[in-house]
Amino acid sequence: MKANSKKQDASQMLDGNRAAALGAKLCRVQVVAAYPITPQTPVTEALSEIVERGELQAQYVTVESEHSAMAVCSSASLVGARTFTATSSHGLAYMHEMLHWVAGTRLPVVLACVNRAIGAPWNVLNDLQDSMSQRDTGWIQMYARNNQEILDQIIQAYRIAEKAYLPVMVCYDGYTLSHTDMPVDVPSQDAVDGFLPPYKAHTILDPTNPKNYNLVTLANPRLNAEGVLCHGYMEIRYLLQEALEKSKEAIASVGREFGDLFGRSYASLLWEDMMEGAEIAIVATGGLAMEAIVAAEMLRRDGIRAGVIGLRVFRPFPRADVLRALQGCRLAVVFDRSISYGNEGTACSETKAALYGTGTNMRVHGFIVGLGGRDVKARELAGAVKRTLSLTDRGALNSESPEWVCEI
Amino acid sequence: MSRVNAVNLTDKEYLLPGNRLCPGCAVSLAYRHILKALEGQAVVTVPASCLTVLHGMYPVTSVTVPCVNTPFASTAASAAGLSAGLKALGRTDLTVVAIAGDGGTHDIGIQALSGAAERQDDFVYICYDNEGYMNTGNQRSGSSPLGTISGTTPVLGKQQHQKDVVAIMEAHRLPYVATASASYPLDLYDKVRKARSMKGLRFIHVYTPCPPGWGFPFMDTIGIGEMAVQTGWNVLYEVEEGAFRLSPASQSVAEKGGLRPVRELVALQGRFANLTEDKIQALQDWVTGRWQRYLARTGS
Ligand SMILES: Cc1ncc(C[n+]2csc(CCOP(=O)(O)OP(=O)(O)O)c2C)c(N)n1
Ligand code: SF4
Repeated sequence: MKANSKKQDASQMLDGNRAAALGAKLCRVQVVAAYPITPQTPVTEALSEIVERGELQAQYVTVESEHSAMAVCSSASLVGARTFTATSSHGLAYMHEMLHWVAGTRLPVVLACVNRAIGAPWNVLNDLQDSMSQRDTGWIQMYARNNQEILDQIIQAYRIAEKAYLPVMVCYDGYTLSHTDMPVDVPSQDAVDGFLPPYKAHTILDPTNPKNYNLVTLANPRLNAEGVLCHGYMEIRYLLQEALEKSKEAIASVGREFGDLFGRSYASLLWEDMMEGAEIAIVATGGLAMEAIVAAEMLRRDGIRAGVIGLRVFRPFPRADVLRALQGCRLAVVFDRSISYGNEGTACSETKAALYGTGTNMRVHGFIVGLGGRDVKARELAGAVKRTLSLTDRGALNSESPEWVCEI
Repeated sequence: MSRVNAVNLTDKEYLLPGNRLCPGCAVSLAYRHILKALEGQAVVTVPASCLTVLHGMYPVTSVTVPCVNTPFASTAASAAGLSAGLKALGRTDLTVVAIAGDGGTHDIGIQALSGAAERQDDFVYICYDNEGYMNTGNQRSGSSPLGTISGTTPVLGKQQHQKDVVAIMEAHRLPYVATASASYPLDLYDKVRKARSMKGLRFIHVYTPCPPGWGFPFMDTIGIGEMAVQTGWNVLYEVEEGAFRLSPASQSVAEKGGLRPVRELVALQGRFANLTEDKIQALQDWVTGRWQRYLARTGS
């Protein structure tokens, strides 16, 4: 089986959007609901074509908005269908209410987020502000650095989602991945079927056992008609947090199993490059983690022992893995393409929080780069690391105000 | 289709006795008959509204059909999802039913509803209309009539007429559009039965008087609904594949040859306490004009 499925992988030139659509198809999704937005649009077109040609037995609901796209996925999932959607930027923001709802209902919906800047002003190019702004909705978030990782992670996303009963967002950079062809090993349908069994819902809406979902729920536990004490709102929400924390194991084990079967392991929630013996860690998310590898190589050539930690999984945040990866480093330089306005870069806060209370002497310095598609060159990243190294003032280093790599 | 009557109406209840709606609430009465007509063979989706309150508080519910509560704007999209999911799984025995208030239909939910109607998604959409946002304590909606005093029209009263959502839905060329009233529950029952037997998006509007929101004693609910039909404020009809037909209650008003004055209906409701003579006349003109258009459609 193992050798067999690997042999069946066929390499194709695919852009990120086609990799995502193909991933959904290989997962035999049963209901698709999506609304076009740049740069996600080709995903909607590719899946429409796949469904209209009869290559996939699925219901494609051509909704009138992203809010409706997620509402369709939510309710279709509740009756037991495997569902898929994709969006970007304003579309994801427009879904916000439904993202909370789907996570609260514990539905295994999978969403491809093609990362794009958010307005105002209008901008269709890449940064991560859209998905990072949704980090508190209860969704698992995974980030891809290349098109292979998009395809692979969508396939894994269904296994994880259906195991943990959590929705999963697979995020990838607009244009630099979504519209850029790369060689992608595409597993055979048989191999994917072997990895991903049909979805069996834990709850189904059915008159033979009528259930009423998402009723008004009080803060405190309450007795049911049989006198059994049932959860209050807070207990239900606790379980959501617990499920997110526990999903780390599922993400790792599914990633390991995927590696055994397809030869590409996703057993770690992080990507680690050149971290062995590294003194300085560059921390980045998405495609930026690829550029950071080039920067680290430059730094190594200059005698600076740098390595790269790529945050493959951002929610649940892999605190323990980050801590372990940073062991032995004296400095982490975090590059963010999203910011919590009024505070600092998203991943920078998370990295600092992971270190808090561990007694480490490590310094963390944050940069905001590449917003709205601003090009981020490896030498700029390397230069920023060098600039950080020249700072001697601890206060400046651990400052909560990030440095911006721009013309102001 | 043979009509149901008080004798042969099923005894089976899908809405258990005891819910949290106000005494005299027309929504309970309407919902009870809607569920009877569906015979439990339905999956229901409900947005934020008084109907959410009827459905109870976790873990206790008075409703024995499978139901999903969905965010306020998403009723029709949720129904589209239920319908697509069931179709994908090959289940053809269940009717998907969306039930929302006028706020959830005329206002925040109209985008999703119009989208689903244009796509001809397969479900029954029922709007119960209490002419205001009652769950949040009575504020104006797109369905509140001219002159209504509400939480957000507290001094001057509403300055605009109602939005004719049934006409909007008819413009989507639906296979079935009907209006009904909680005061005529058997007619409502028949219409839900008929809608259930069809495909595509079927739309039913149900007039549901609201004692606290409209300001009338809770024992007067049925009478208010009846007078709404007699004054032509609420006209009961069906549009089946484009063919217009008055339903019996409104047909008999037409046959008896005249509408009672709107003044009699508004006089019974505290929400119209501040109506000036010219506002009453404006309401009368609005009702009469619409009634004439309906009569013209019947060919009489
Ligand atoms: C997005 C959003 N905005 C506002 C609300 C608050 N809200 C809940 S119910 C409601 C009014 C419902 O009015 P309607 O649909 O007419 O139903 P009714 O309460 O009258 O039965 C409002 C404004 C909400 N739940 N969601
Ligand atoms: S406020 Fe009106 S619609 Fe709501 S429960 Fe009370 S009577 Fe019924």
